[in-house]
Amino acid sequence: MSGASEKKIGALIVDDEELARQVLRELLQTHPEIEILAECANGFEAVKAIAEHKPALMFLDVQMPKLSGFDVLELIEENVAVIFATAYDQYAMKAFEVHAVDYLLKPIGRERFEGALERAKKRIGDRLPPVQELVAAARSPQQYLERLVVRDGTRVTLIPAAKLDYVEAQDDYVALASQGAKHLKQQTIASIEAGLDPARFVRIHRSYIVNFERVVRIEPYGKDSRLAILADGTRLPVSRAGYARLKTLLDDRA
Amino acid sequence: MHPLLTRRSYLAAYLAVWIPLAGLLVLLIKVSGGIATLEAATIVVPMAILFAGVCLSAWYTCRATPLRSSGISRVFVTHLLAAFVLSFAWVQIGRLYARALSSSTSFQGLDIRYDAHAAMLVVSGVLLYLVNVGFFYVLIALEASRAAEARVLETNVLARDAELKALKAQVNPHFLFNSLNSISALTRSDPPKAREMCILLAEFLRMTLGLGEKSSIPLSEELSLLHRFLAIEKVRFGARLQMTEEVAEDCKTMLIPPLLLQPLIENAVTHGIANLPDGGLVRLAVHCHNGRLSILVENTFDAEATPSHRHGMGLANVRQRLEARYQKLASMRVAPNATQFQVSLSLPAEPQEVQP
Repeated sequence: MSGASEKKIGALIVDDEELARQVLRELLQTHPEIEILAECANGFEAVKAIAEHKPALMFLDVQMPKLSGFDVLELIEENVAVIFATAYDQYAMKAFEVHAVDYLLKPIGRERFEGALERAKKRIGDRLPPVQELVAAARSPQQYLERLVVRDGTRVTLIPAAKLDYVEAQDDYVALASQGAKHLKQQTIASIEAGLDPARFVRIHRSYIVNFERVVRIEPYGKDSRLAILADGTRLPVSRAGYARLKTLLDDRA
Repeated sequence: MHPLLTRRSYLAAYLAVWIPLAGLLVLLIKVSGGIATLEAATIVVPMAILFAGVCLSAWYTCRATPLRSSGISRVFVTHLLAAFVLSFAWVQIGRLYARALSSSTSFQGLDIRYDAHAAMLVVSGVLLYLVNVGFFYVLIALEASRAAEARVLETNVLARDAELKALKAQVNPHFLFNSLNSISALTRSDPPKAREMCILLAEFLRMTLGLGEKSSIPLSEELSLLHRFLAIEKVRFGARLQMTEEVAEDCKTMLIPPLLLQPLIENAVTHGIANLPDGGLVRLAVHCHNGRLSILVENTFDAEATPSHRHGMGLANVRQRLEARYQKLASMRVAPNATQFQVSLSLPAEPQEVQP
């Protein structure tokens, strides 16, 4: 082993409980090749620290206030090897679907920890598929998004689904319109659509999903298409197929 | 199965009722004249026994025409038709019997005398049949009400079972895992604290197991369970978890179902405080007034970060147990606003019985 001469592996510990962070810190004491770059007590701090420190490895708790571990992954673009550490085993499946290196259950034992670390070292630097799509795919089918997370630089915004007015596709991005503001997110409109409750959100056009409750009326526009007028006056194009979907939803509600 | 055929004693009682009816028929024919008492009895008594059997069939017709779901005209038409057809057939059989009797010397000419009363016998038959119809409808109604009663009893038993099961499932495994994780962290950094935490956890578990078997406990016992729970969570959350408690001294001896407040406090911590990066406050207030016990559990929370259904399970459990135990006498109100989650319970204050 020539560990000492190699460049150190930068790691981040993300957990909202001080004692849980302490355990990981202790377990890492025997590994001089790992350098703890920062410890974060919540998801917001984590998103910021990842942008700042560019760690190669991250120990990540799942259940944290406001932003969960999965939310954090959805918001970062950096390629980080992730080891989840949580008391809840019901997220294990989802963790592997987002290509986590390993999934440690608390309390964490030394042997299990060493195994995870070994695996992580092998995986560091691997090219991973974009995690946004993975997170969307890993969501359980009956559960719809209750909120969306967006990042602008190091600023993270949470948009509750009820406050989402419409979604607009823009090249590789989608713009999420909520309360007069637009938030850009790197994700396909199809995967956003899959996550939203179809009883509340309708794909009215190739490039638009609308919150059904915001639509005040539909006006004819041109030969084949229509316009949806939202409560705040926004006008969105409605395609023929989109109009059919809108009508089905209307009939279901009637 | 016909209810009267399920037991011999039922059938015997039914036939016994027919004895005075047969007597009445004999009397009726005798009074209308032109026939001797012996003659009337000889012909009417076997006919009455036969008709008693025939009328048993009315039960099936009644079953097939339930009063509640069938229209009134259908009920009338069905039973009147059955009554006339059966009564007419019965009188025809009686006529054959009278003819057979009249061949003997002592009953000569009976068939002619019988025919004089045939119309009256048909009418009596119809009436007797209809009386049976009424009787069977009453019987069916009684059976239905007994079945309903049995169902209610069964539901009560099920509710009790569910309550017990709910009680046993109280200790959240995640609470255990998280506590064990805290202990594992403390063993190195603060061994005395680790030991203290082990003891708290052991006491909490022991109390939970013991309380689950009781039907009610004094509030003070529930409070000491809560204190342990909160002390354990306090180690985990540190300064993020703040708590206050105002419990009126005279309430502490009041009886409550065991583990009624524990799920509320647990909810307050796991869905309230745990979702706040800077933590918050859990407040417990208990007061007694006018024979009522009022309990308030309040916690800081973030309405947007906490999906409402997460609160559901524990709260639904508490609500069910209150209903099972106090029916309409207890109430529970859940009032979330943007920053506070409030659950208030009101239940009858049951003072602990003083041992003589």
